Amino acid sequence: MTIEAVPSVAIPAVDAIPGTKPVPWRHRHLLDVAGLSAADLDLVMRTTDAMREVLARPIAKVPALRGRQVTILFYEASTRTRVSFEVAAKNLSADVVNIAAASSSVSKGESLVDTVRTIEALGAHMLVMRHSVSGAPYLAADTFGGSVLNGGDGWHAHPTQALLDLYTIRERLPGGSLEGRKVVILGDLLHSRVARSNIWTLTAAGADLWLCGPPTLVRGFEAWAGRGAASGRRFHVTTSVEEALRDADVVMALRIQRERMAAGLLPSLREYAARYGLTSERLAVARPDAIVMHPGPMNEGVEIAADVAAGVQSVITDQVTNGVAVRMAILYLLAGTHADRSGAA
Amino acid sequence: MSGRQIMTADEIRRATIRLSHEIVEKQAGTEGLMLIGIQRRGVPLARRIAAAIQESEGVEIPVGALDITFYRDDLSMVAQQPVVKGTELPSGIDGRTIILVDDVLFTGRTIRAAMDALVDFGRPQAIRLAVLVDRGHRELPIRADHVGKNVPTSREEQVRVYLEEIDAEDGVEIERPLEEGVESIP
Repeated sequence: MTIEAVPSVAIPAVDAIPGTKPVPWRHRHLLDVAGLSAADLDLVMRTTDAMREVLARPIAKVPALRGRQVTILFYEASTRTRVSFEVAAKNLSADVVNIAAASSSVSKGESLVDTVRTIEALGAHMLVMRHSVSGAPYLAADTFGGSVLNGGDGWHAHPTQALLDLYTIRERLPGGSLEGRKVVILGDLLHSRVARSNIWTLTAAGADLWLCGPPTLVRGFEAWAGRGAASGRRFHVTTSVEEALRDADVVMALRIQRERMAAGLLPSLREYAARYGLTSERLAVARPDAIVMHPGPMNEGVEIAADVAAGVQSVITDQVTNGVAVRMAILYLLAGTHADRSGAA
Repeated sequence: MSGRQIMTADEIRRATIRLSHEIVEKQAGTEGLMLIGIQRRGVPLARRIAAAIQESEGVEIPVGALDITFYRDDLSMVAQQPVVKGTELPSGIDGRTIILVDDVLFTGRTIRAAMDALVDFGRPQAIRLAVLVDRGHRELPIRADHVGKNVPTSREEQVRVYLEEIDAEDGVEIERPLEEGVESIP
C-alpha cells in the first residue's frame, strides 16, 4: 500500500497558538478511548497533524522510532487495520514483526499469555493486538513490559478507529469543532466495537450523537444513554432513519455481517438495505454538506449504496489515509512512556 | 526574565541585521537563498533576517519552518515525547542554498538532526548555519557560518532566548539551573 494521494494539509503555525501548553502524554497503553481526556484527544489530533505533514513529504519516513520493535499480533482477520499499523510503524522507522495467529504456535494451543511473553522475549517494545474476545488486550497488557495497542477486541473497543474518525470529522467540519454537530451512527450498533469507541470520543468532543438501527441491533444502548446523560455524555437512540438523518452533519454507516441473520436478528440483507441502507434518497434529508463515513470493509448495496460510498460527500478514503497518520501519532506518543526499556539510555 | 542579561532587544536587532548582511555577502547576492528556521525560536529569527534582507536588498527570501523532533537522537532518553510543532517548507529545496537558523548553538545535535531532516526533502546546493548565540560545548563536528554573538558559558548554565513573537519581549539571558540534571535542549 502506498500513501500517494495525500491532500495538502495546512500545518498550524506555532505562533498562531500562543500560550497553549499541551499536556504531556501519560498513557503507557492504548486499550480503550474511555480513559482519554479532552486534552489527551487534543494532543493526539495535533500529533496527527504533524504526521499528515510527514506523509506529504517526498520521503514519507522519519527516524523517530528507529530501533524499536513493533509486533503486530492479529487473532482476527483484518486487512486495513493491520496494514495501516504496519505502514505507520514503518513510516516511523520501527522494525515490524507480523504474526497471524492462524499460522503461529497459537494453532498448537499456546495461551495468549505465553504468546505475549514469547513476543516480549523476542525483543518487542510495542504490541499491536486484535482479538475476538473483549478484554483480551488487557490481559496482554498485564504481562507485556512495553506498550499494548488495542487494534480491536470483540465488541468492546477499537480505539484507533475512533481516533481516526474524530480526526477525519474535525478536518472536514468548518472550524474543526464538533460542538453541537449532529453525528449519526447507522447500522449494527450491537456488535460494533467501532461504535462503542466512537460514542466516547464523539460525546467527549461535544457532538449531538444519534445511534440508529433496527430494534434488534440497537438494544441495550437506551440504558447506556440514560446512564451517560447523568455524567454529561448524552446521545440519542432511535429506530427511525428519517429522524436520525434529518439535518445531520455526519453520517457513519456500519457494516452488516451476514452472521447476524443466522442469529435471527435480521430477516434478510435485502430487508435491511430497504429499511436502513444509506441511499442518496435517505441522505437527502441530511445537511447538503454532510459527510459520509464507513469504517470498512463495506457491503455496498446493503448498509451503504455504491453511489453514496463513492459520492462527493464520502470521506471513506480520507479515513484510510488519516488512519495511518493517527496510528503514527499513537505509536510515537506511546513510545515515550517506556523509554527505560530501549536500553539506549 | 530572571537570569543575567547578555543581549538586549537592541543588540538582538543589530545582530539580526548584521547576520542578514553576512548571509547576502557570502552568497554574493540573494539568488537561490532560502531561510529555514528550526522550531521554535529559529522560525521568528528566520523571518526577521528575511525582513532585514528585504529592507536592504529589496528581495523577498522564502522562509520555512523545520521541526526536528522526529530526528532527535535522544528520544529514548526523555520521559515524554516532545510536542511536535510542524514543518512547513515554502517550496522544494533542490539546488538552493539553505540557511538554517536557530537561536542557540550548543552541542550541535539539533543541527545534526536538522540536516538529516533536510536531506529527506531533497538535495540543496549548500546548507549553511546562522545562529543568534553560539555558547560552545560542541559534541559534534559542526560550526556556524554566521554568529550573532559568541558567549562563553559553562556546560551547566542555561542560555535562554526570548523573542517578542513567542515570549512578548526580546532578550538573551544566562542562568544557572536550580536542580541537577536539567539540561536545556539547544
